[in-house]
Amino acid sequence: MKLKGRSIFSGTARGAALVTRMGVSFFGGVDPHTGQVVEKGHELEGHSISGAVLVFPTGKGSTVGSYTLYRLKQNHLAPLAIINQECEPITAIGCIISEIPCVDRIPIHKLKTGDLVQVDGAKGVVVVLK
Amino acid sequence: MRLTADERAMLEGGYGPGTRKAMEVLVGLGRIYGARRMVAVSSVQVAGVSYDNLGEAGLQFLESLAVGGARARVLATLNPAGCDIANWQALGISQEFFDKQSQVLEAYSKMAVTITCSCTPYLFGNLPHFGEHVAWAESSAVAYANAVLGARTNREGGPSALAAALTGRTPCYGYHLEENRHPDVRVHVKARFPRQSGGAATHEFGALGQAIGQRLEMEGKKVPYVEGIESASLEELKAFCASLATYGGVALFHLPGITPEAGAYPLPEASLTLTRGEIDAILRQESQASRQEVDFLSLGCPHLSLREIAHLADLLRGKTVRREFWITTSRPVKRLADEMGFTEIIAASGAKFAVDTCCVVAPIRGRFKVMATDSAKACYYGYAKNGMHTLLLPIDELVVIATSSTS
Repeated sequence: MKLKGRSIFSGTARGAALVTRMGVSFFGGVDPHTGQVVEKGHELEGHSISGAVLVFPTGKGSTVGSYTLYRLKQNHLAPLAIINQECEPITAIGCIISEIPCVDRIPIHKLKTGDLVQVDGAKGVVVVLK
Repeated sequence: MRLTADERAMLEGGYGPGTRKAMEVLVGLGRIYGARRMVAVSSVQVAGVSYDNLGEAGLQFLESLAVGGARARVLATLNPAGCDIANWQALGISQEFFDKQSQVLEAYSKMAVTITCSCTPYLFGNLPHFGEHVAWAESSAVAYANAVLGARTNREGGPSALAAALTGRTPCYGYHLEENRHPDVRVHVKARFPRQSGGAATHEFGALGQAIGQRLEMEGKKVPYVEGIESASLEELKAFCASLATYGGVALFHLPGITPEAGAYPLPEASLTLTRGEIDAILRQESQASRQEVDFLSLGCPHLSLREIAHLADLLRGKTVRREFWITTSRPVKRLADEMGFTEIIAASGAKFAVDTCCVVAPIRGRFKVMATDSAKACYYGYAKNGMHTLLLPIDELVVIATSSTS
């Protein structure tokens, strides 16, 4: 299955999808030392976003969240790529400064956790391999 | 998005990796907001300065840009830092924090950003004129630039404002376009504002901004046309801007007879009315903490003007302050206060100047229990970020509390 969206930041990645229907706040919501989601009551609470293709509707919370993504990347704990329904500036700027491939306007309900996906950030394309 | 040859060169690395990263940020933002082109900006106000907010990651990012050769191409000023650069020890800031804060400022300095750490750049030389395109962060200054000055800016975040400084551009969308600057709701204010000594009812205008901001949030409105305010001083307007931005996410408003674009657009159908009772309710709600328990007072959110400091010197002359009392302002205004002799009078009372910083961005969580202030914005962050109970009062009453015995 091939899904066409919009390019937010270039780069390619292939990995397992980690999907949530909830918004993600990187500042305060993700521990930059472990890559784990720590937001109370979040679907992904306790899961690590490191090395995953992280799929969520849109970002939320403090604008400092862009720097949290940067910190995760410096600590080699960043997601491989990010797929959004609709990207907002916190996630977009975080991906751009951290060089994480990012695509939005993807119908994310068609993706489920564990899917092997390939992301082409520059073309805005997501391919579900299996 | 259409880019000029120069903008394309920045994006392709012709001006070095730092400038390239900055242009990538702007192109990404422009894409999200559907901007068709970039617009040249003449000034920038950069946020993301306090190490308390930036953390190690933010510092590393700034250093990477500086090392990448990025330099500000237009006038760029900085938001408040986490501590007074000269007087940090007297304010109880640790050596470790000061060192980190210094590294942040050094990185900005390398990028040719002016190290005036203040939320009121319009008080000392970063003062855009009507219609001028700028890229400002710091929500209170954004509202002041858009509404009071009639300049044009979106509400930038730290990285996007810095990117604008390093390229002299911002994506052209939102409040840069006339079609988005018209009011979307009329607000009838049915209240009188008693004249305060010193000419500034800052706590009242803060409460008014809070009341309007909270109503706009509920109604989903963004650009109010506020009727019923006959006059407002610079100090009252800066308090109003800070409050509307904090409580309503407002970046632009119109005050007929006061702000320059108020008569430029057709009036919207939607309207709401605000009574004296609603403003008083906020003042009551923000003054429930006990005055006896006040262990911290802070003035200057946004940073104090010279006139406010002069008034404060009058009030504090010959008095003794008995509680931790911070006077927060910009370094240029502080230097004028030095020249005028206000600093000496205030310092003799025991109140402390906290220049370059403020109670919102300094690392004071856990140090104080109850903060008294004239700023509705400071009340919001005092509670939400620094875990303090808060009291919102006029400056004269704050001085009474500061000088009363603590037993």
